[in-house]
Amino acid sequence: MDLIDVREVRVAHSRADVVLGPGERAMGGGTWLYSEPQPGLTGILDLTGMGWEPVTRTTDTLTIAATCTIETLRALPEPLFEQCADSLLASWKIQRTATVGGNIALALPAGPMTSLASALDGVAVIWTADGGERREPVAEFVTGVVTTTLAADEILRAIEIPAASLHRTAFRRISRSSMGRTGTLVIGRMDASGETVITVSGGTTRPRQLRFGVAPSAEDVASSVDAIDDWYDDPHGSPDWRRAMSLLFAEQIRQELS
Amino acid sequence: MKFSVNNEPVETVAQPGQVLRSLLRELDHFEVKKGCDAGDCGACTVLLDGGPVHSCLVPVHRLEGSSVTTVSGLGTVDAPHPMQQSFVAAGGFQCGFCTAGLVVTASTFTEDDHDDLPRLLKGNLCRCTGYRSIHDAITGVSNTVTASAGHAAGTSIAPPAAMRVVTGTEPYTLDVKTTGLVHLAVLGSPHPHARIESIDATAAEAMDGVHAVLTHLDSPGVHFSTGRHEDRNDDPDDSLVFDRVLRFRGQRVAAVVADTVRIAELALAAIAVDYEVLRAVFDPRLAREPGAPLVHGDKGPEARIAAPERNTVAEFHGELGDVDAAVASAAASVSGTWTTQRVNHVALETHAARGWIDGDGRLVLRTSSQVPFLVRDELCHIFGLEPEGVRVFTARVGGGFGGKQELLTEDLVTLAVLKTGRAVQYEFTREDEFTLAPTRHPMQVSVTVAATADGTLTALAVDQLMDTGAYGNHGIGVMFHSIHESVEVYRCANKRVDAQSVYTNNLPSGAFRGYGLGQVIYAIESALDELARELGIDPFELRRRNVIVPGDNFVVTDAEAQSDLSMASYGLDQCLDLAEAALDHSLTGPQGWQVGTGMALAMIATIAPRGHFATATVTVLEAGPEPVFEIAVGTAEFGNGTTTVHTQLVATALGTTVDRIRIRQSDTDATSYDTGAFGSAGVVVAGKALLVAAEQLRDAIASDGLSVGLSATADHDGTPRSVSFNVHAFRVAVNPATGEVQILQSIQAADAGVVLNPEQLRGQIEGGTAQAIGSALFEEVLLDGEGRVTTTALRNYYVPRFVDLPVTEVLFAETYDPLGPLGAKSMSEAPYNPVAPALANAIRDAMGVRSFELPMSRDRLWRLASTQQG
Repeated sequence: MDLIDVREVRVAHSRADVVLGPGERAMGGGTWLYSEPQPGLTGILDLTGMGWEPVTRTTDTLTIAATCTIETLRALPEPLFEQCADSLLASWKIQRTATVGGNIALALPAGPMTSLASALDGVAVIWTADGGERREPVAEFVTGVVTTTLAADEILRAIEIPAASLHRTAFRRISRSSMGRTGTLVIGRMDASGETVITVSGGTTRPRQLRFGVAPSAEDVASSVDAIDDWYDDPHGSPDWRRAMSLLFAEQIRQELS
Repeated sequence: MKFSVNNEPVETVAQPGQVLRSLLRELDHFEVKKGCDAGDCGACTVLLDGGPVHSCLVPVHRLEGSSVTTVSGLGTVDAPHPMQQSFVAAGGFQCGFCTAGLVVTASTFTEDDHDDLPRLLKGNLCRCTGYRSIHDAITGVSNTVTASAGHAAGTSIAPPAAMRVVTGTEPYTLDVKTTGLVHLAVLGSPHPHARIESIDATAAEAMDGVHAVLTHLDSPGVHFSTGRHEDRNDDPDDSLVFDRVLRFRGQRVAAVVADTVRIAELALAAIAVDYEVLRAVFDPRLAREPGAPLVHGDKGPEARIAAPERNTVAEFHGELGDVDAAVASAAASVSGTWTTQRVNHVALETHAARGWIDGDGRLVLRTSSQVPFLVRDELCHIFGLEPEGVRVFTARVGGGFGGKQELLTEDLVTLAVLKTGRAVQYEFTREDEFTLAPTRHPMQVSVTVAATADGTLTALAVDQLMDTGAYGNHGIGVMFHSIHESVEVYRCANKRVDAQSVYTNNLPSGAFRGYGLGQVIYAIESALDELARELGIDPFELRRRNVIVPGDNFVVTDAEAQSDLSMASYGLDQCLDLAEAALDHSLTGPQGWQVGTGMALAMIATIAPRGHFATATVTVLEAGPEPVFEIAVGTAEFGNGTTTVHTQLVATALGTTVDRIRIRQSDTDATSYDTGAFGSAGVVVAGKALLVAAEQLRDAIASDGLSVGLSATADHDGTPRSVSFNVHAFRVAVNPATGEVQILQSIQAADAGVVLNPEQLRGQIEGGTAQAIGSALFEEVLLDGEGRVTTTALRNYYVPRFVDLPVTEVLFAETYDPLGPLGAKSMSEAPYNPVAPALANAIRDAMGVRSFELPMSRDRLWRLASTQQG
């Protein structure tokens, strides 16, 4: 929709452009920003002009630019990328424009890119106002419902995913309708070392990572999920159901990975 | 900036923060629709450099050098794109407001995509069809035919507007250019109950581009109701154009008229208002108790509110026989309380009106209404105008479902036009639809039923409480309708009915498909299902033993009641047999899922009571060997398919083909009167009048010969009335571990009399079923307990997608109704009513435990299953 308070839109082409003024906000694809009224937003800085390489793979790391579209991410070979892309309530037509960084920086509990990146021990690469960079695990970067550690003058630049995290994954999701907005989304992975990590998101206000040693027991997993205390309450599911579904899925994932 | 639209170069200036959708419409590309303006519905889909995008989310600053293709660029009426042809052939739309976006989206599909349609179509919402016909369109199935001269009735011809709809060239309410148009934006109340102490609009009035600020000081003092009926006394006079007392959050406080929507909205922030906040009530149970804040305590008897001192707009209490004694002596009895939620219509076209003064000095309104004549008459009442000085008309309307039987925009536009002399437009946003437009009435319905051991019903008691919200629009009619056909369909010696319609400070409720019947039918049919279990009798059999049959009276609680309702035709027995025979009890779900079947029935009068009038004219436009006729009729087309049937009736009577029929409709200038398109009256009232006129014209031609200008006019007064029947059956699988429901089989048998257009009727039944499955499983307008709507966007209010709906098997009873045109009965509201209870009964059968509330969402069903296990 038209954003009526916006007086200027700038397209960033180099880091020198990436300085946010008062009332100005950085934008990836813009598919969320333009989907709701934004009272008080007077300026937009469009990061898609930066020309960042969407995906870079090295032996150890998969680097996803913040401006990588969800459609591009979805085409990556490992099944988890498609599973998480399809967890977005928004259409595939919107995934052509919506960005990985935009989804994470928005920090909605149902943001599937947050689920993906946090489950894989992804690290957020953040450009700081002084021209430097800082790094923070995505699981800590997202602190609550639409809150992150990103300062007003910082920019999310990329997500670095350790290649080792993609060794073996399992995925479960439910919503109040089969393709609706996420009620809860549970991702499990077993690394080459045998370590199991189960990440619950969507059903919680922020992603919750549960780490286990080799071959955790059903009791281990259940008690860890049960210890989560921030089940989210919104039109997409009640907290008790989200907790129960997370318990169910965590156990299914434990069995699948064992 | 420079870009191209449909290969035409465009050079224009856009506002920062603007999106492609609004820019395209500014450039007169009206084929690009606004459904939600938030990326959720897909109605605005266009191709951007060859790829599909939701144009409401495309920032204009990215357009430089790009190429945009709209649905009108894909093909034209004369040279349509193959996908456009497919949508016409399949009958892949009803109102057609989503169609432009669907056609553009589907134009990018290949045959390989046909297996992936649930995913590929999740961003395209259709509220009318239930998606089966859209699936047919995309996969190349044809459902429509061409009829030979004199044989159109009874065939599945396509709607007359079909090719225009699929090419984006059929104009809807706002799809036309008006020079000098200014726009209106509304400041809503921040409080659920307050009195305006003072308003200072000086700063807003002084802003560049602002033409006027309107407040209660400008408002005519005439009370009215936004709900519109044939008799204006059927609704309480409790509303004003601007009221100094605000009774729900968002209610109009002031309006700004300005050059653009943006300026008008920015000016709202410059209006200073002082409020005296008043005590508010949000629970209808508390609202009727002594000491509750009074919502309309300032009203006297002239407002026609039953008991303003108890917040009660209407109530009914009656008893036939002795229910308590019957229950005491019954072999089995069942009692329960069922609750239904607020449901939003989600017509894809939001409410909108545009008004101006024409060359003759008349006020003209082009509006998204189901009832243009009723709107005209009420505007005359409010503003003291003469009917000759006002013209109200609609173009094709993008969905209604009862939501446009309301005066929500036209009064404000009238006030603004009269104040400024300008052409003024007021368009609801999707958020306005959720926070301001009336919803389906939420109800709490307690039912007791009792029977003898052989299944003879001996007691039926209903106690119904409904929240009509801050205003009583339809709050009387819905209450009375809710307890009529639902109770009348059963023969029972002892009946008791109590009903109350209560004001609160929640947003108003209003007319919704089924008009109250669905809520009470849900409760009664659920209770009867339990009673059948108690008695060990099959639920179909229990119905057969107790439903009314020809010769019976229609009895609520007065056995001697006389009305104009009659059983002019009867197909309920056939519907029960058809649905029962179609059920496949061998269908099963995934491993570990519980399986069950359920059914429910519904009866509905074919015409709304208390008068429904239509005048229609058929005229010879062109004589000669290939004559052309014009039909002039007042009723509106919003996906109901009425217009198609009208051409069929007239072409059949005149022995011609439908392409020789021209249509003037839904315009107070087109004919002298039509009550409007509600209560499914388009075929049985306006259609009946048209058929009579066409038959008279045929006779006149036979005696006087064919000559241009020869014409015949006929009326219908909507009485006597008949009844239609619907029976729905489901087989479902339920996963008790998660609450998921899989519909294994969905069957609806309908008694619609003679079927005039099988494909369209199938579409109405599928669409009613789809909307009801939405109400039964997913949809709920949520409030925070203090009158604040929290589901303000489609992403938070889930209407069924392609993936969510089964293909419903639609079966027709064979009946002939002597009251309807060519034996037909109405069938638009009716299919909605039996669906939720049939689904609830199937889920009960599967789970072994009953849900008493809608929607039966996954979290609720999971909780129900866990409680049972625990």
